[in-house]
Amino acid sequence: MTEPIVTFKDVHKSFGDVDVLKGIDLEIKPAEKVAVIGPSGSGKTTIIRMLMTLEQPTSGDIFVGDQNLWKMEKNGEFVAANEKHLREVRGDIGMVFQHFNLFPHMTILENCMTAPIHVKKEAKKVARQRSIEMLEKVGLGDKLDNYPSQLSGGQKQRVAMARALVMRPKVMLFDEVTSALDPELVGEVLEVIRDIAKEGEMAMILVTHEMDFALDVADKVLFLDEGVIAEQGSASEVIEHSKNERLQSFLHRFRS
Amino acid sequence: MITISAIEEIFPALMKGINITITVLIASAFFGYLFAFIAGLCRLSNNIVLRKFTGFYVEIFRGTSLIVQLFWLYYAIPILFGIDLGSDWWAGVIAIALNYGAYMSEIVRGSILSVAKGQSEAATALNMSRFQRMRLVIFPQAVRMMLPEFGNYLIQMLKATSLVSLIGLHDILYYGDILRSSNLSQAPIVYLLVLVFYFILALPLIFLTRKMESISKKGVAS
Ligand SMILES: Nc1ncnc2c1ncn2[C@@H]1O[C@H](COP(=O)(O)OP(=O)(O)O)[C@@H](O)[C@H]1O
Ligand SMILES: [Mg+2]
Repeated sequence: MTEPIVTFKDVHKSFGDVDVLKGIDLEIKPAEKVAVIGPSGSGKTTIIRMLMTLEQPTSGDIFVGDQNLWKMEKNGEFVAANEKHLREVRGDIGMVFQHFNLFPHMTILENCMTAPIHVKKEAKKVARQRSIEMLEKVGLGDKLDNYPSQLSGGQKQRVAMARALVMRPKVMLFDEVTSALDPELVGEVLEVIRDIAKEGEMAMILVTHEMDFALDVADKVLFLDEGVIAEQGSASEVIEHSKNERLQSFLHRFRS
Repeated sequence: MITISAIEEIFPALMKGINITITVLIASAFFGYLFAFIAGLCRLSNNIVLRKFTGFYVEIFRGTSLIVQLFWLYYAIPILFGIDLGSDWWAGVIAIALNYGAYMSEIVRGSILSVAKGQSEAATALNMSRFQRMRLVIFPQAVRMMLPEFGNYLIQMLKATSLVSLIGLHDILYYGDILRSSNLSQAPIVYLLVLVFYFILALPLIFLTRKMESISKKGVAS
């Protein structure tokens, strides 16, 4: 039995008096690919933002490996994590955003090599070499010195993936990474994710509306609805054979 | 009467003041930008005391006139606190720097706040520390936004340096006043030449501001 790399235990999240997540329990194994689907506003983004430390849970625990992400031990008691603790634990997590969030003042090579140099303290030469290799892998080896503003949406998103991948995360989070793209650019980005997924060793959580894609790459699919995980199972169980009515009506909107 | 000979006489006399005008400008710009960055960052600090204190400084210096601040630094401080700023040159520089530093700190603060939230989040996702996020991601983008405004304020600071003649510094305007008081009929040509002097000094600054605007347009919009 392998230990999970990510564990959510009864995680709640409210914004003001709106309860967005009402008790999320979740285990993700190393190398597991999990797709998260659900209606807009159901809290999909919030789940992965809490794991990336961009949003603090209202209650409950999130573990990365055996370390509690948002709490640390101090004199035998658990207290709210400080910046140092968060940095220690979130080092294994990487994220790709819906709107890319590339650094506009850096070339795409600098976008990729800055964090390895400053966060991982890699030698500049090593970071540069690894970044170039990663950009080549996502098909942008000829754009190293371009600025993000000179790229198409699909290219930007591929840079964002390379930038996250050079940090060698154990878990990678994807938040609807194709939904801000023109339809004709979606394919190239999904292709890259598929390649990364096939390589295996990294766990992935993919928030997506691309059902065929989820069927193809996901080991497990979660259907999030009204603040809880309403349905989970293998991709084909959830997407093709579920009896859940709300899930069926949700899926209906994505089937033409 | 505007005659060539009058110009020949006035021009070199005004030239004597250019040294003070330029050194006061350079020093007050340097300290002004420095104060602007310090105050702007303090106003974004988590420390409430620091925040309130710098907020107080900014409001005081924006809410009162530069000339009164200048007189206050020049006359009142030495008497009240026994602090001697060393010379009237320093009094002029510090007054202009504190005043424009207060205005420009708002630009620093506003520019930092206007860097998109997603930038800081992407930096967090790459596990950067709070300081690294500021230094590597937020600040470089914010500075690009500040540049054109900083250029505009530089031109305003040049104009403000003429106030130091009122505390007896020998700048361009000071020599203009001397010339006028020795020969009142020459006042129109004297002050016309003073205006020309300031405009010629402002020209490179105007050019610099344009340059900064074009730099800041590059590589900010994603
Ligand atoms: N920072 C925030 N402040 C207030 N409400 C928020 C915030 N972030 C998300 N929400 C609310 O939480 C709910 C879930 O949001 P989100 O996780 O983005 O959903 P999804 O990604 O499934 O569309 C939405 O109703 C949204 O309006
Ligand atoms: Mg979302």
